[in-house]
Amino acid sequence: MEKETCTFSFCAKPAIEEIETDLLLIGGGMACCGAAFEGARWANPKKMKITMVDKAATDRSGAVAMGLSAINTYMGDNDPVDYVKMVRNDLMGIVREDLIYDLGRHVDDSVQLFEEWGLPIWKMGDDGFSLDGFQAKEAGKTSLRDGGKPVRSGKWQIMINGESYKVIVAEAAKKALESNRAATGEKTNHYERVFIVKLYNDAKEPNRVAAAAGFSVRENKIYIFKAKAMVLAAGGAVNVFRPRSTQEGQGRAWYPVWNSGSGYALGLQAGAELTMMENRFVPARFKDGYGPVGAWFLFFKAKATNSLGEDYCVNPEALAEAKKKYGKYVDNLGTAIRNHLMMRDMKLGKGPILMRTDEAMAAINKTFKEKLGDKEGAKKVKHLEAEAWEDFLDMAIGQAGLWAAQNIEPDKVPSEIMPTEPYLLGSHAGCAGFWCCGPDDLGAPEEWNKKWVAGNYNRSSTVKGLFMCGDICGASGHKFSSGSHAEGRIAAKSAIAFILDNPNYKPTINETADHLAAELYLPFEVYEKYKTLTTDPLINPNYIRPKMLQTRLQKISDEYFGGISTWYMTSKTMLDAGLQKLQVLKEDASKMAASNLHELMRCWENYHRILSVEAHARHILFREESRYPGYYYRGDFDLVDDTNWKCFVNSKYDIATDKWEVKKVPYVQLVEDAAPVKH
Amino acid sequence: MPSYVITEKCDGCKAQDKTACQYICPNDLMTLNRDLMKAFNQEPEQCWECYNCVKICPQQAIEIRAYQDFAPLGANVIPMRGTDSIMWTIKFRNGILKRFKFPIRTTVEGSVDPYKGKPEVDFAKLKQVGFFTTTKAMPVIKK
Repeated sequence: MEKETCTFSFCAKPAIEEIETDLLLIGGGMACCGAAFEGARWANPKKMKITMVDKAATDRSGAVAMGLSAINTYMGDNDPVDYVKMVRNDLMGIVREDLIYDLGRHVDDSVQLFEEWGLPIWKMGDDGFSLDGFQAKEAGKTSLRDGGKPVRSGKWQIMINGESYKVIVAEAAKKALESNRAATGEKTNHYERVFIVKLYNDAKEPNRVAAAAGFSVRENKIYIFKAKAMVLAAGGAVNVFRPRSTQEGQGRAWYPVWNSGSGYALGLQAGAELTMMENRFVPARFKDGYGPVGAWFLFFKAKATNSLGEDYCVNPEALAEAKKKYGKYVDNLGTAIRNHLMMRDMKLGKGPILMRTDEAMAAINKTFKEKLGDKEGAKKVKHLEAEAWEDFLDMAIGQAGLWAAQNIEPDKVPSEIMPTEPYLLGSHAGCAGFWCCGPDDLGAPEEWNKKWVAGNYNRSSTVKGLFMCGDICGASGHKFSSGSHAEGRIAAKSAIAFILDNPNYKPTINETADHLAAELYLPFEVYEKYKTLTTDPLINPNYIRPKMLQTRLQKISDEYFGGISTWYMTSKTMLDAGLQKLQVLKEDASKMAASNLHELMRCWENYHRILSVEAHARHILFREESRYPGYYYRGDFDLVDDTNWKCFVNSKYDIATDKWEVKKVPYVQLVEDAAPVKH
Repeated sequence: MPSYVITEKCDGCKAQDKTACQYICPNDLMTLNRDLMKAFNQEPEQCWECYNCVKICPQQAIEIRAYQDFAPLGANVIPMRGTDSIMWTIKFRNGILKRFKFPIRTTVEGSVDPYKGKPEVDFAKLKQVGFFTTTKAMPVIKK
């Protein structure tokens, strides 16, 4: 097929604005909001410029846009060493313990700031019952910073009234950016509705990032940001596998539907080394609405069973069978293994799997009434019911709507739960991301810090000047919202150190501004060139529209890379076949067509999804075992093989040759083994 | 669907400097039909039902109709977001009504002063672990 190019013969050339800055923040979610807060404080006295670019409105951008009902990472009295043990266990033994410990020792300050900025945090009342954020304040409860006791739903989680969580965190970030404008005299340093398509490396130093190019989603304008360093936090990848929902329900993804793999695609095209991209997350959530189950499990002590009322996590036959293949990892019942056991029962026809909300509420009702008497007990139960609904209304409103549509009152009937389609991410219970420099004071190998290829800067990728945090700093999951904010702060602070260490650096790139504009606007050119050929511009033999690009990607990943249609099963032969089809899809991506700015964003988002999936598939292919049973299986290696595969898998993409290098990197244990868990 | 706009109520944010729903939608879905001066959701199958358009609409012209590939008709969930709390009204398909009110913030919107009372930076500590706010020594892994 002939390759298409953009010469602006058919579509209009956009305006081009070039912006020079010191530190560029790509993304506006929790991580980059943290980066803005910490970064500006260090940058202001040196009059260094910080610029944030967000594809949405920062008040409601990123994974916390809807809100959250809990903060899942707050140490409090816990030791970060135990946090490392928990994360390592849940992620099947292979994690960067230096990064995780580092996050654990930093994270609380961010949570304490959130409370100071106005986030309502639940506290324990004197009667042993929870107080919401207002009641706690009225009762004069101590702040977290001064040792106040939050309401724990689990060892690491604290309950919040989090409808406005992101708005509050964004307010602080925007004020920080404002202070940076005051310090530098810059008029603008916060760009909303600008979508970054690609990073460009330095003209003189190929392994150094120098520029980011993107376009406005509101006007015909290209932005070229030249920066001395960048903090990249553009999120994980959603809607990369065919979802269980069809048609309009595809929007109800578990993770935010706008996380399009941009974080991965931007970094990997710049040549940054990836790690553990074989990891994925398949959460078990309330069916279809994908509402959270954490509070039901941890806070209300509900049990999930098969439809015969059996707890699938204690079935001796299932456990023995799993133990044969997956060994000691079965003992600790991490999230992946629990999924595995659930799916076993589903395949045996013992579904639907049910969350016994009714039984949990009945037990609570009984205890409260015994403890407090009928009247007071009923009052507390009512309060608890509100808390259960708030869990949805804060972070998965669609689930509340679904229960209402199905007439589900959780105290009367149980609700179905279901494993979702796979997601790629590194801040929740997954760890797919980039290979990053860690702190040098924790006894980690010097290759991970002092001898780091891009200099000893915490959270630096293997590309000089490019720092990673949030969903895309790899092998270190379970950061969640608070950890992403803290990691953004760590990354920004060390990016500032990097910039100060390289005072004479001036970013330059080989490509001209016109070249970048042509590259970004190619889908417009293609569309305008061919659109009149047919009576319906939707169907045209010369191009592919963004929706179908996504659909084809989802079909390939679902059928060949272990999606829902094969019960997460794949193998070498399946992966090889799928990767061939993916290669052709990549070729077809040069014929993406967009009729407006919204579609132009969709085109490039879906291209980012394709690259994220390719990395995922290549890692699964390389790792000849099933490290994450319950998330995916290699049918040809259906075992956890610690003898050969207790190691990281890292990869690097070469954009010039379109080739991948994949390799093993030794795992190093820094925290001693956890005490055995009893069942 | 996701979000839908009630024709009679939407005024295209004529009196505002920008269309509120279009400004806030994290997925760039809400858009303004300039001929009609009415907003609509241009890509309903990419709507997360995050309700940000519903909450921000000054005319209360936006609501959500649940995804029809799995949700039966007849229910709705309607928020009223104030300055410090939010009220929710949930109507079940069978008519049951539930109302909840939850706090959303304990400070006045716009009042965050992020560096107030916080230490100045100390560049001698730039390459040490910890934030500019860190006052105590950072722990390390004990062997």
